[in-house]
Amino acid sequence: MDDSRSFDTYEAEPASPQLDDIMQKIAEHKGCGTSGGSGKASCGSGAGSGDMPQEIWDKVKNHPCYSEEAHHHYARMHVAVAPACNIQCNYCNRKYDCANESRPGVVSEKLSPEQAAKKVLAVASAIPQMTVLGIAGPGDPLANPGKTFKTFELISEAAPDIKLCLSTNGLALPDHVETIKKFNVDHVTITINMTDPDIGAEIYPWVFWKHKRVTGKEAAKILTDRQLQGLEMLTANGILCKVNSVMIPGVNDDHLVTVNREVKSRGAFLHNIMPLISSPEHGTVFGLNGQRGPSAQELKALQDSCEGEMNMMRHCRQCRADAVGLLGEDRSAEFTTDKIMEMEVNYDLSARQAYQEKVEEERQAKVAARNAELETLAGANADIKILVAVATKGSGRINEHFGHATEFQVYELSSSGAKFVGHRRVDLYCQGGYGEDDALETVIRAINDCHAVFVAKIGHCPKDDLIKAGIDPVDQYAYEFIEQSAISYFKDYLARVSSGEIAHVARGDADIRQGAFVAVDA
Amino acid sequence: MTYKIVASQCTSCSACEAECPNVAISEKNGTFVINPKKCTECIGYFDVPQCVAVCPVDNTCVIDNSYPRYQPSA
Ligand code: SF4
Ligand code: SF4
Ligand code: SF4
Repeated sequence: MDDSRSFDTYEAEPASPQLDDIMQKIAEHKGCGTSGGSGKASCGSGAGSGDMPQEIWDKVKNHPCYSEEAHHHYARMHVAVAPACNIQCNYCNRKYDCANESRPGVVSEKLSPEQAAKKVLAVASAIPQMTVLGIAGPGDPLANPGKTFKTFELISEAAPDIKLCLSTNGLALPDHVETIKKFNVDHVTITINMTDPDIGAEIYPWVFWKHKRVTGKEAAKILTDRQLQGLEMLTANGILCKVNSVMIPGVNDDHLVTVNREVKSRGAFLHNIMPLISSPEHGTVFGLNGQRGPSAQELKALQDSCEGEMNMMRHCRQCRADAVGLLGEDRSAEFTTDKIMEMEVNYDLSARQAYQEKVEEERQAKVAARNAELETLAGANADIKILVAVATKGSGRINEHFGHATEFQVYELSSSGAKFVGHRRVDLYCQGGYGEDDALETVIRAINDCHAVFVAKIGHCPKDDLIKAGIDPVDQYAYEFIEQSAISYFKDYLARVSSGEIAHVARGDADIRQGAFVAVDA
Repeated sequence: MTYKIVASQCTSCSACEAECPNVAISEKNGTFVINPKKCTECIGYFDVPQCVAVCPVDNTCVIDNSYPRYQPSA
């Protein structure tokens, strides 16, 4: 098993041409981000319904993957029942998991539909916030239709309150739309990396189609036709569709703006552009031939440039095919097959509902606090924008120790408020109770574009090093709501800038952490 | 001849199992094997052996020369 915790860096090039192009598009775009068409920026991935139709908002508001705001409060799980695949991607090494929905590097435990159903009940009983069950591989769920739909059937009988969703590469999708409807699957995610077969040929070495292996442009043409056809069929049937795209610098990065337009016109309601994961040790074609992944700011720039056209998802964790828990948390180690087969399952629907009502109350309080704080920002300096990183364990609060964070959530602060723009996975700084300098360096690289980091608690040494790196360690908002605190901090920041106490300077780029995310045994 | 699976390369993804027209492929102790008595090299069904075409790892489903070539009866 490849549990490499190394931090891959690439040679930072002085502003690559692609990045310039993207920047230019943003400049032309103007309305993107939080200025201009602002409601749009927050819907789907933000706190409220924004300009999203009410019936869609009702469907997604408690879905951790579809609503950025919900992901603080609700959990999901994947069951790995679908190992077979019908295409090959250059970012995938099938010795490990599917790289499109799963982080490569850790082999998921394959389950039978019966084992999967038992696991879902066991997890839902232990984690009352668990509202969504997804099947996302490790291969393609629709290349394993028998196992996938049998699992849905068993779960819908035993736990009818759990929403079902499915991720697919789309090749077999048009053949299964009827069955997807029949099983009341709420949401489908299709990974679409191109609509141009020339670009597709660089990403997909082959597809298995009509009993033959098809290669090159012909393969890519079949794949894109089937993906778009499947997308149209699903949205025509009222099934919510999200599109995932893997951003591969120099291959499809510019092209994803076109993909965004194509999928939006076919009714996709959310677009999730994810960074390529390509460490050489994963043994993928891209990993071995040195294809790099994007930097944090390249990814953000592309997401921003698509945002004017459609809702963008920015809280994707590229979860494993057997992920369990809140996004950004991996509790799969607590629910291995051995353990769940021994567990007493007591699936109590009313206890789950009571718990979720509490969650709703907390969530309302958070929105109210944010809105109240936001009002005090009115008339603030409209030009300044800063990023801040937050250590959180969920619930929308700053409730994690700096040294315990395995990821930081990044917010962009501007006169229109605090907008979630991404998360940065990091090495655990605090291992066995003491900080490690190497790990701190990687943390700083991961949040190097941020002006401040909000934590529940932080030790002296990392505090000093962060200050030296120009990142303000902030613990005064411990256990408070994230957005409310961030806005309050931003107000104070603007006040200090205008009084001349500090000068506003832009920060640099940051690295996206590569490699496998695995449960850390406590 | 028949096809066989090189166990050390197989990822146990099961993709071949579903494609075999003769149900010659099954899982044994976590890895997939071809029953040489059932394999027809896909002759009579498809132009190419399905296990070879669908397997994600090259040179994993290979000819087993220790068996004589399959003869379609009829
Ligand atoms: S669709 Fe997923 S499992 Fe199939 S080859 Fe691509 S990344 Fe791998
Ligand atoms: S060659 Fe054809 S018949 Fe033989 S095992 Fe492979 S798929 Fe089955
Ligand atoms: S398709 Fe290849 S890797 Fe997958 S089970 Fe069959 S022989 Fe093994």
